[in-house]
Amino acid sequence: MMLAASAWLPEASSMAPEIDTLWWLMIGLCGLVSVGVFAVMFVFAVRYRRGSNADRSNRHTRSLGIELTWTLVPFAMFIGMFVWSLVLFARLHTPPAGSQTIYVVAKQWMWKIQHPGGQREINTLHVPLGQPVRLTMTSQDVIHSFYVPAFRIKQDVLPGRYTRVWFTATKLGRFNLFCAEYCGLDHSKMGGTVVVMRPADYARWLDRHAGPDSLATRGATVFRQRGCSGCHGANASVHAPDLDGIYGRRVHLADGSTVIADDRYIHDSIMLPDTQVVAGYSPIMPSFQGQISESDMLALIAYLKSTSAKASGSPATGGESTHEQH
Amino acid sequence: MSSIDAGESMAPSTPSFYAGGEGLMAWLTTRDHKRIGILYALTITVFFAMGGIAAAMIRLNLVEPAGLLDAETYNKAFTFHGVIMVWFFLIPSIPATLGNFLLPLMIGARDMAFPRLNLASWYLFVIGGLFTVSALLLGGVDTGWTFYTPFSTMFSNTHVILVVVGVFITGFATIFTGINFIVTTHTLRMPGMHWFRLPLFVWAMYTVSLVMVLATPVLAMTLSLIGLERIFGVGVFDPALGGDPLLFQHLFWFYSHPAVYIMILPAMGLVSEVIACFVRRRIFGYKFMTYSMVANAVIGFMVWGHHMFVSGMSVYASMVFSLLSFTVAVPSAIKVFNWTATLHKGDITFEAPMLYALGFVGLFMLGGLTGLMLAAPALDVPLTDTYFVIAHFHYVMVGGTVMAYLAGIHFWWPKITGRMYSEPLAKFSAILMFVGFNLTFFPQYILGYEGMPRRYHSYPPQFQVLNIFSSAGASILAVSYMLPVLYLLWSLRHGAAAGNNPWGARGLEWQTSSPPPEENFLHVPIVREAYAYDEPAP
Repeated sequence: MMLAASAWLPEASSMAPEIDTLWWLMIGLCGLVSVGVFAVMFVFAVRYRRGSNADRSNRHTRSLGIELTWTLVPFAMFIGMFVWSLVLFARLHTPPAGSQTIYVVAKQWMWKIQHPGGQREINTLHVPLGQPVRLTMTSQDVIHSFYVPAFRIKQDVLPGRYTRVWFTATKLGRFNLFCAEYCGLDHSKMGGTVVVMRPADYARWLDRHAGPDSLATRGATVFRQRGCSGCHGANASVHAPDLDGIYGRRVHLADGSTVIADDRYIHDSIMLPDTQVVAGYSPIMPSFQGQISESDMLALIAYLKSTSAKASGSPATGGESTHEQH
Repeated sequence: MSSIDAGESMAPSTPSFYAGGEGLMAWLTTRDHKRIGILYALTITVFFAMGGIAAAMIRLNLVEPAGLLDAETYNKAFTFHGVIMVWFFLIPSIPATLGNFLLPLMIGARDMAFPRLNLASWYLFVIGGLFTVSALLLGGVDTGWTFYTPFSTMFSNTHVILVVVGVFITGFATIFTGINFIVTTHTLRMPGMHWFRLPLFVWAMYTVSLVMVLATPVLAMTLSLIGLERIFGVGVFDPALGGDPLLFQHLFWFYSHPAVYIMILPAMGLVSEVIACFVRRRIFGYKFMTYSMVANAVIGFMVWGHHMFVSGMSVYASMVFSLLSFTVAVPSAIKVFNWTATLHKGDITFEAPMLYALGFVGLFMLGGLTGLMLAAPALDVPLTDTYFVIAHFHYVMVGGTVMAYLAGIHFWWPKITGRMYSEPLAKFSAILMFVGFNLTFFPQYILGYEGMPRRYHSYPPQFQVLNIFSSAGASILAVSYMLPVLYLLWSLRHGAAAGNNPWGARGLEWQTSSPPPEENFLHVPIVREAYAYDEPAP
């Protein structure tokens, strides 16, 4: 093991060099301030040590000008850093159009990955070089955190909600994936690898690992097997909302409020149906808490999304970012 | 020790506060603020040793990438280390010991406003400590000191409730101390001791008390909610029960960020006393120092969200919290500049308390500056929950608060005990501590940037070299903490008599005998501006 090999972390995503620029700028500024203050302290300590013959007349004990200077100058510098950082932070939360979505379910102590084509993997994530990838993540138990140091990204993964993170990989290779939020006994073992491949290799990898069904097709199966279609299907006798094309639409609720049918709305309507009853319907739907796994939930969402895509003719992924929380 | 010659004539005839009632019961039923301060000091020393042993286990484990302990033991060790060091050492450290001892002396009072409440505070502290330590003896806790939900409420199979009850009870000890300090400062200042004559240490005690009284109840509520969910299954934080895990983080950090100021404000005040004394001049920008302490206390309440930039909190909330976090760094910067400017045209000597104080300024500055990077959301994204954060808050709390605490213990030791310790040994351990501290924690900044997450029992081998540096530093640090215990105890029997004012300091506490009599002052002390070093000592 050589120190040189680990000396600097690779910059393997499109955001990494920009974040590092701010990092080195702040290291430089803070280093300058530290060295300056240490130097002044040292000089004063030597020059004004007891017994030295330095001039001690006209000693000041206060000066409004000096105080205001070292109040306002640092403040102005801080505002500069703040603005710079915000610009980058906003971009970290704005995936480029056309990002491909991959789904992540975290649980003690593993990462389960599902690709839209139905490919599934555990603790390894294959992604194409140079193409924006967006992860929609949730947890089946406690809070975890998806952290890839080489990409300079980190996002907590919470039970009961979807969080998102995006990156564009810019270097081929294998990079560490860590869980960064303490999650119990084997927290330090909850790691994995992100494998960045050339787009052609990635396409071949997808082909080789394609499951029998795409994620949306699997969702359609879940929709039937769990009996969702019995009430929400086209020919159902029960008075329940028709879910064809529901994704991304505006829904009026019984309490008079309006919500957008996004991932979280669909998740909560299945797990906690009493909290969001659609206007004009009775609260008769049972909760599926503990019966549907988070992976199946993601498949269901992918299925509902695909019915919306057919209805509106837009691609099934991307474009829904405006009303989701990150 | 030339400074002793300058001391006033000894006053051996004055009976000190140690004289009245020497049995154990006399100490356990005392209402004398000085004795309560000493009770607290002894208790937190025991807790510091316990937390230190846990730290030693952590550093030992991390010598090997695979970990020398098993994961369960390691997780319990860092949880115990955090809980004990935060609530049973750092929070009471300066206020409950030196603050208790000195606040009435510094304002010319005979005791606290509520002496019985003061003693009750110590008892609650001990009872809370017993609950927490009993959890360790019964098998430990593995949640981390932050008790994040739903792990702490629904998933951990350890003694979470015992620890939560212990911390809950201890919180009331903090609140009692805060109430006592506020009322004492308002009502018991002697004639002539108006607000802008108060030593900065008193200002620090006053502002920290405000934070204690306003923030700690929120901790009590949050811990109660943990109990409610864990014992009765009331859905507050666990989404499976309809709760929200981020609610916990908001509540927890609403207390725990101001708690950082509970730990650092007293250190800032304390170091100002020490620096003024050994530079022998008025602290530069006294009024700005007081304003900046108040600013730290107030703005410190509005920055908790910077612990949550990657938690899933709204982007807009992150922006506001980031701006406020940069803002709260300004008053801290003002203090560093003022301490530095105080050295200008001084008459400086470098006794042990001064070395500790200068060490504090340097380490606090490095801790504070790295805090700026964590306040910038785009940098916080890669850095949070890594060793960078560990290094940052150890620079502030260990490099800052613990260094300042030891500066204070050395500075007021002659006043508290009437004895001088071995100055060369004290200087040696101050320097050793500075070196050991940097060797322990500076590598952790680099580890964090390199991507090593915190709370990892095992780690990829490329992080080993820096971890070995850190563990080596920790063993030096351990020696530098044990040395003062030895030579300070030695001084109790063999140290030279200190005299009333061995340092030639100007605070009121130096105008009475060492150790002071039970009623603090036999003669009415002369009140002047704090830090009247330009005038001869009274």
